Amino acid sequence: MYDLAVAALETATLRGATYADVRVMHLRQRDLTTKNGQVGTLAQSESIGMGVRVLANGAWGFASSDRLTREGVSACAAQAVSIAKASALAKRGEVMMVDEDAYVDSWQSPFRKDPFEIPLESQLSLLLAADAEMRHIKGITLTETGMQFRKIDSWFASSIGSRIHQRKLITGCGIAATAFQGDEIQKRSYPNSFGGQHALEGYELVESLELLKHAPRVGEEAAALHSAAQCPERTGTLILGGSQLGLQIHESVGHPIELDRVLGQEANFAGTSFLTLDQLNKLRYGSDFVNVVADARLEHGPGLGTFAYDDEGVPAQCTDIIKDGQFRGYLSNRETAHLIGLKRSSGTMRTESWNRLPIIRMTNISLKPGTWGFDDLIADTDDAILMETNRSWSIDDRRYQFQFSTELGWEIKGGKKTRMLKNPSYSGITTEFWNSCDAICSGDHWILWGTPNCGKGQPMQTMGTGHGAAPARFRNVKIGSAFADQ
Amino acid sequence: MSPSPKPRKASAGTSTASSPQLLSAHELRRIIDTVLRLAKSAGADETEVHVDETADSLTRFANNAIHQNVAERGLNVSIRTVVDSRTARATTNRLDEDSLRAAIDASLSLAHSQPKDPHMLPLPGKQRYPEVQRFAKDTAALTPEQRARAVRRACDLAIQNGQVAAGIFASGLQQSALGNSRGLFAAYRETHSEFSITMQETPAASWAKANASSVSGFDPQELVQRASEKAHTAVDARELPPGRYTVILEPAAVLDLVGFLFYDFSATALQDKRSCLNGRMGKPLFGKNIFITDDAYHPLQLGTPFDGEGMPRQRVLLVDRGVPKNLVYSRASAKSAGKKPTGHGFALPNEYGEAPMNLVFAGGDSSLEKMVGSTDRGLLVTRLWYIREVDPYEKVMTGMTRDGLFLVENGKVSTAVRNFRFNQSILEMLRNVEQLGKAVRATGEEAFEMVVPAMKVRDFHFSEVTKF
Repeated sequence: MYDLAVAALETATLRGATYADVRVMHLRQRDLTTKNGQVGTLAQSESIGMGVRVLANGAWGFASSDRLTREGVSACAAQAVSIAKASALAKRGEVMMVDEDAYVDSWQSPFRKDPFEIPLESQLSLLLAADAEMRHIKGITLTETGMQFRKIDSWFASSIGSRIHQRKLITGCGIAATAFQGDEIQKRSYPNSFGGQHALEGYELVESLELLKHAPRVGEEAAALHSAAQCPERTGTLILGGSQLGLQIHESVGHPIELDRVLGQEANFAGTSFLTLDQLNKLRYGSDFVNVVADARLEHGPGLGTFAYDDEGVPAQCTDIIKDGQFRGYLSNRETAHLIGLKRSSGTMRTESWNRLPIIRMTNISLKPGTWGFDDLIADTDDAILMETNRSWSIDDRRYQFQFSTELGWEIKGGKKTRMLKNPSYSGITTEFWNSCDAICSGDHWILWGTPNCGKGQPMQTMGTGHGAAPARFRNVKIGSAFADQ
Repeated sequence: MSPSPKPRKASAGTSTASSPQLLSAHELRRIIDTVLRLAKSAGADETEVHVDETADSLTRFANNAIHQNVAERGLNVSIRTVVDSRTARATTNRLDEDSLRAAIDASLSLAHSQPKDPHMLPLPGKQRYPEVQRFAKDTAALTPEQRARAVRRACDLAIQNGQVAAGIFASGLQQSALGNSRGLFAAYRETHSEFSITMQETPAASWAKANASSVSGFDPQELVQRASEKAHTAVDARELPPGRYTVILEPAAVLDLVGFLFYDFSATALQDKRSCLNGRMGKPLFGKNIFITDDAYHPLQLGTPFDGEGMPRQRVLLVDRGVPKNLVYSRASAKSAGKKPTGHGFALPNEYGEAPMNLVFAGGDSSLEKMVGSTDRGLLVTRLWYIREVDPYEKVMTGMTRDGLFLVENGKVSTAVRNFRFNQSILEMLRNVEQLGKAVRATGEEAFEMVVPAMKVRDFHFSEVTKF
């Protein structure tokens, strides 16, 4: 593959590019789903092609092609240069990039069992068995299960001399039960919504989830929600389960720290950010308990934001985002790092596929664990609502005001879980919310959750991100407004 | 999301030749015939082949300059085999015979791995498709330089007005062909173009966007001018308390909200009991001024005239005088409901069935100006953002206003207002529509393009306010 990549680099340079990088990518995916005891989707796909990004006349151009011949890749590189020169017709300055070393390396994400080698019959058999366990529960009207496997090879080559091959294996799996009764639809998912848990792992992830053990509970909870009390509307104490807290981190920390967004580059689509450059090292983002990192290194865990190098050839790093409550860092790339005084990119350029331009993306944006045992946290809480598993999520285009609802709530009274609540929701302002955090559970309860469906960019790109979180407690939160006055 | 129609005859010949970037109809047929031949020799009982080809370009700008500028070209061959009442799909973008053979083998292997489906239908035979023409040569030939010059004009106006421009100018062409081992063949090609502009004047912003088959279908500079004027008006926003307000929703705001309703018109969604129309079909649900049709052949629509199995798309009256009358059906859901398929099925195998993708709301005789003029106190909404479902049966949606929210008092726009969060049932909203404007092709960011009018709606529920 490097031969083709180098041919593209040579063409780009000959045509006038002052910098060029190339990604040849081969993506393989398998999707299996069931619904109500029947096989739903059963599909496999592969896609291979090349993307060429160039700087010419001080401006960017990008072209991609699936024609992987010497003629095809040279034409693609020439097109990228031609586009860059057109970009220069509407530029306001020269693009500058901070320095980066050249790397020659090969890396593969670790896994124990290759899901593409596991017999399909056993994969479907497991899903159909879990589906059946949920359908046995009275009141369940829809059951859904699914597995998704991806194997992504990328060969990166740049005009500064990098040659980096990476192979990532990604697994996702989950189940859900829905109950329609009267004028309500209630749903429970396991281990998370968005198709379950997703990680940079092999089939061992599926096996670790113990679907058959959890399926009856999932069904029972979905049915039981119909007789549960409505979550009250009030301002009070909130405890978030880990997966919901992961999405809270994604929306109210991960997106606002994207430096391209802060600089207005996403203003037309994804929006901007309240974290203007003057806030760095000054803003009190959260309480003293709140420590957030952006960590793409394997030692952080097998997250959807884990890699060895980003798609700009920069090694994976760990960056402090919030330290002891103070705002400390952004997600940057080689083009933007110098604007916040950095001499090096934080390594967050990622692309969905060979036909998309790398853009600044979340890696693993994680809340560091605290010290509380979960049972101790509940016992320490006199009056609260515990919310688990996301149902809806929304935040404004500068990332101030948010509202989330979850599938299930539990009333906490006198240090004990008392009764189930349906239709729980909460809302708030980002910094007020994080400053109200007064307890975070320990590493024993910390899970690196995968969010597989983060959309950003034009043309839209879908990216997987990781969010480590343990359950945490927040005070004086507005609860229940999603269902108020309906 | 919503492609556009074109009959077999047109897609097979005339406009195809004008574009050197796409394969000819003859080449598409050759790929399909090759796959059908290879699949038969590999043991498939039946085979269906989709070929989708795209050549798209997008110029993106921010801070009054182009910062991203991309082009892509790709072609996928997607193969569904059927063997012994089992089916599965495999997709590749490699066209050599070995790769096509590997995809066929993968599809067969997946198919063999599952239990038999006693309800599986045989593939459909030959079909006839209405003729449509949605391929514009000027759009197919649009260059990066032409897009850059239009962007430059937008940025110059922003600088002249003390504002900051961000947006996109995109154009492209695509084609889809579908053939199967029972002789069905359908093909379609289209061009598409889009311009979107956000004008920022600290601390405010406003937005305008257009999308059409032909780049001559909109004037980028007119959109830039409109967004610029609204951004300037929005600078001094005041905060109002949350509550229920009369709202005047511009077409993009209507589109992005009601777009969440239409998967509920899938027959499969009702069979799965995940539709808000369960128990509500044939009963008054919306106001009597609400008429909704799915019509792939409407002159303002784009999209293939056939569905994922190659069935011709039918015009379907979904809502008549506020009453949900009809659903859309794939072949499978039609059979289980004792109905005829309407040509809205997704490519098989899938668990979602079908959905209407070419929605047309009937408009009225009002206009934004008349709506504002007739409003004592209300809010004019440019656009909605980050809309998500809170209650799937009552269809309560949450989201934010964005890029221009204005107070209307005594028939005039009086001031800009800080953005609100809403929690609003779409069902209730469509019962509270007081006026409808002319239906136009609208485009937003949350839903696929539709033909919708502006709406004046009473008692729209805003629950919280944000900081800008």
